Amino acid sequence: MKTENPVLRYVPRSEPFFTRGGWIALLAFAFIALVLLPCLYVFVPEGSAFHVSAYTVTLVGKIMCYAIVAMAMNLIWGYTGILSLGHGVFFALGGYAFGMYLMRQIGREGQYQSDLPDFMVFLDWKKFPWYWTNSDSFLWCAALVVIVPALLALVFGFFAFRSRIKGVYFSIITQAMTFAFMLLFFRNDTGFGGNNGFTDFKRVLGYPITVPSTRATIFAITALAVIGTIVLTRYLIRSKIGRVLTAIRDSESRLMFSGYNPLGYKLFIWTLSAVLCGIAGALYVPQVGIINPSEMSPANSIEIAVWVAVGGRGTLIGPLLGAGVVNGAKSFFTQAFPEYWLFFLGLLFILVTLFLPKGIVGAINLAKWRRK
Amino acid sequence: MSETEGQINVSGDATGAGLHVMGEGVDLSHGPILYLDDITVSFDGFKALNKLTLTVEAGELRCVIGPNGAGKTTMMDVITGKTRPDLGTAFFGQTIDLTRLTEPQIAHQGIGRKFQKPTVFENHSVFENLELAMKTDKTVWASMRAKRSSEQLDRIAQTLELIELHGEADRQAGLLSHGQKQWLEIGMLLMQEPRLLLLDEPVAGMTDEETERTAELFKSLAGEHSVVVVEHDMEFIESIANVVTVLHEGSVLAEGTMDMVQNDERVIEVYLGR
Repeated sequence: MKTENPVLRYVPRSEPFFTRGGWIALLAFAFIALVLLPCLYVFVPEGSAFHVSAYTVTLVGKIMCYAIVAMAMNLIWGYTGILSLGHGVFFALGGYAFGMYLMRQIGREGQYQSDLPDFMVFLDWKKFPWYWTNSDSFLWCAALVVIVPALLALVFGFFAFRSRIKGVYFSIITQAMTFAFMLLFFRNDTGFGGNNGFTDFKRVLGYPITVPSTRATIFAITALAVIGTIVLTRYLIRSKIGRVLTAIRDSESRLMFSGYNPLGYKLFIWTLSAVLCGIAGALYVPQVGIINPSEMSPANSIEIAVWVAVGGRGTLIGPLLGAGVVNGAKSFFTQAFPEYWLFFLGLLFILVTLFLPKGIVGAINLAKWRRK
Repeated sequence: MSETEGQINVSGDATGAGLHVMGEGVDLSHGPILYLDDITVSFDGFKALNKLTLTVEAGELRCVIGPNGAGKTTMMDVITGKTRPDLGTAFFGQTIDLTRLTEPQIAHQGIGRKFQKPTVFENHSVFENLELAMKTDKTVWASMRAKRSSEQLDRIAQTLELIELHGEADRQAGLLSHGQKQWLEIGMLLMQEPRLLLLDEPVAGMTDEETERTAELFKSLAGEHSVVVVEHDMEFIESIANVVTVLHEGSVLAEGTMDMVQNDERVIEVYLGR
C-alpha cells in the first residue's frame, strides 16, 4: 500500500439530524398534537366553531397508533428488506396486554358484578387463570405490552432467521403466524374473551376513560410516542447500524462475506419493530375502546404493508403519510360509500405499485429532482 | 444473539485501528495458508467437487482455470463456508478448520471473497462501502456505538487512493462503471485486511487498460496477501501467474507454470475437446 505520500483524507459530510424544514414540521406537529387539539377538545365548549369533537380526537389518535405501526414496519421492510405480513399480531398482543389491565379496572361494575370479567363468569370460571396474575397492576401490564411482543418476535425471529428463511417464504410464515394467533384468540377457552375480545372499559388508573381530560391525555401520550418513533428511526438510520441494515436489504451475501453475521442485526430490528407495534396497540385500545381477534386477521397485516408502500418505504416520513392518507380515506369511504372501501383500497394499491413505486415521498422527491 | 467472536480467537479489537499485523490467529508456522484435502461436494448425485486436493502457500498468487462446471466457484463456496463439503478437510493455516465456521466467522479469520458479478452496496456511497467492510468489531452493539476514528479515515483514504476512486468517495456505488465497481469490491476486500483473497473473475467486463492495471494491483498484493484468482482470460493469467491449477470435473487436472500447463496433453484435450 502506498504510504509514502500523505493521502488526502476524505471526511463525509455529516448529515443534520433533521433538516430545517424537518425540525419545523416536527415542532408544528408537536404543537398541534400535544397542545392545540387537546385544548380545543377539552376547553372549547361544544357549540363553538373551534370545538374539536370526541370523534375527531379518537380518529386522529387511532391513526397516530397506525402511524407508529407503519414506521415499525418500515424499519423491518423499508430499511432491512424483510417483508412481514404478520405485524398485526404484535399490535394486537400489545393491545390485549394492556386490555387485561383495563378489564381489571372495570372491577365489579360488569353485568355479573363479579371480580372476574364478564366473559369468565359466563364461562363459569371461578378464578383468574395463571396468566392473568398481577393483571390489576398498571406497571405489570405496561411491562407485558413490551415483553410479550418482544418474546414472540425473538423466538420466532431466531428460528426463522437462523434457518435463513427469506423473501416471500418469510412473508408467508408471518401470515401463518398471525392467522394461528387469531384462531387461538377466537377460542373462548384461551381466556381472552373469545371473538368479543375486551370491551366496555370504564377506567384507566382510576380515571374514567371516556371523559375528555382522560381522552386528551392518552391522545397526547400517543403523539409523544409518534415523535419518539420518528426520532428513534432517524437515530438508527443515521448510525452505522442503519447502514448495515440497508446493506442486508441490498446485498446480504456481500455483508456476510464482509464478516457481519446478519442474524443479530435482523433479530434486533425485528424485535424492536414488534415492540413498537405492541406499544401502538396498547395506546390504541383505550382510545378505540375494544380489542378483539379480528385485529390479527391476515388482511389487517397486509393493510399495514399497504400503508408503508403508499407512503414510501425506506423513507422517514413516508410510512407516517401512508398511514394517514390510507386511513383518512378509509374513514371517509366507510361513511360515504361503505361498500366500495375494499375496491378503493385495491385500486389504490395497484395504482401506487404501477405509478408510484417509491410511494408518495418517492414521487415528491422525483418531482423536486426534475425541477432542479 | 451471540455473534461470531466468542468461540474463535479474534482479538476483540473494537477500535479497528488500521495497520496492525494482519489476520492474527492464522498459524502459518509450518507451510501452507490454505489446505484442501479430498474435498467432495455433490448436488443431487452430481459431484461438483470430486476429491479435490489443493494447497496454497503463504504469499502466493495462484490462478485457477478450468472449463465451465469444473467446480471453481464451488471450491470458493467451500473455502468461504457457503457450502459444506460432504467429505474432506479444509484448513486455513494450521489450525482453523473451515468446514466448522460460518461465512462471517471465516471472513473474520482473514479470507476475503470477490464475487463473479461485482457485488457492492449500491445504495451506499463509495466511502460507506469501504467503511462497512473495514476490519473492526462487527457485532450489533458495536455498530450501534460506532464512531469514525482518524486512523480509520486514513485507512479508507489509502484504499480510495489504491483503487483510484478518491474522486468518487461520496458517489453512490450503484452509479459507478462496471470496472469501478470491480475495483471498489477489491477495495472492500482489502479493508477487511485478509490474509487470503479469493477473486472470482475479477477482470470480467473490464477494458484492456483496466485489466492491465488490475494485473499490476494483484502482483503488488501478493507477498503480503495470498491471492487465488479464478479467471477465463488467458492473457490476464499469463500476465500474473506463477503457478496455475487446472480444474476439471471437480478435481485437479494439472498444476504448474503456465508453460507447463499449456503444453499438458490432458489440458489441451479438455480445452479443445476431443
